[in-house]
Amino acid sequence: MEIAFEMTDDILISVLSGELDHHSLKEIRDSIDLTYDTFQAKHIILCFEGVTFMDSSGVGLIMGRYNKVREAGGKIAVAGCNEYMIRILDMAGIYTIAQCFATKEEAVACMRKEGE
Amino acid sequence: MEHINRIKLEIPCRSENEAIARNIAAIFSASQDPTIEELTEIKTAVSEAVSNAVLYAYDDDEEGSIYLEMEATGSGRITIVVEDRGRGIENVQKAMEPLYTTGDSRERSGMGFTVMESFMDKVQVESSPGKGTRVTLIKSLDRTNGF
Repeated sequence: MEIAFEMTDDILISVLSGELDHHSLKEIRDSIDLTYDTFQAKHIILCFEGVTFMDSSGVGLIMGRYNKVREAGGKIAVAGCNEYMIRILDMAGIYTIAQCFATKEEAVACMRKEGE
Repeated sequence: MEHINRIKLEIPCRSENEAIARNIAAIFSASQDPTIEELTEIKTAVSEAVSNAVLYAYDDDEEGSIYLEMEATGSGRITIVVEDRGRGIENVQKAMEPLYTTGDSRERSGMGFTVMESFMDKVQVESSPGKGTRVTLIKSLDRTNGF
């Protein structure tokens, strides 16, 4: 599993690629949290477009990051989920804590608009 | 007589083997002409069952094993058993409730069994404290949509 970061304003965009499971979760989680703290970001967007496999570990990743951004008064959004990811996220009721967008660009646009 | 294929293997109960276990399940199931959707569902369910074993079955300093048994019948019924000989689950019914977890509730979703039940036709869990847990995942492939 690989992760790349982009910062726009106070939004940390985490672009994930590869297989997201319990094994890869810890490294990804630590990497996002460290980057979030280092750059003093407020919001997080998780982009799953390049993720080729995801189980319920993805739900845990979103829940954990939601708790983190909430402490800083921020929001979390997810982008680029395929139909299987949507099924899993839906089962967990994740949309009550995170908005879901087709692309990370849409997520950024919405967060900027809400921040105005 | 119905043609039946089987595979049995034992792997160390470690997180790095989660991907190996689900990919073996996918390769085994692929011989039965599943749809891409069915294959993804099987992979995901196996990943959940194996992750549960890695997370909860054994103590951190214990070198336990996961025992996988897969069976496919000619009619397209796939059965995958994920078994451990770890601490077992005291209350199986409770463990299977959505969002229930004994792990870190900030980081663990408690959705493992819910995903297994949603993605497979049948999920059976047998467990005895101190002896281990046996999760049986069953899926009948829809042959009308196959290749």
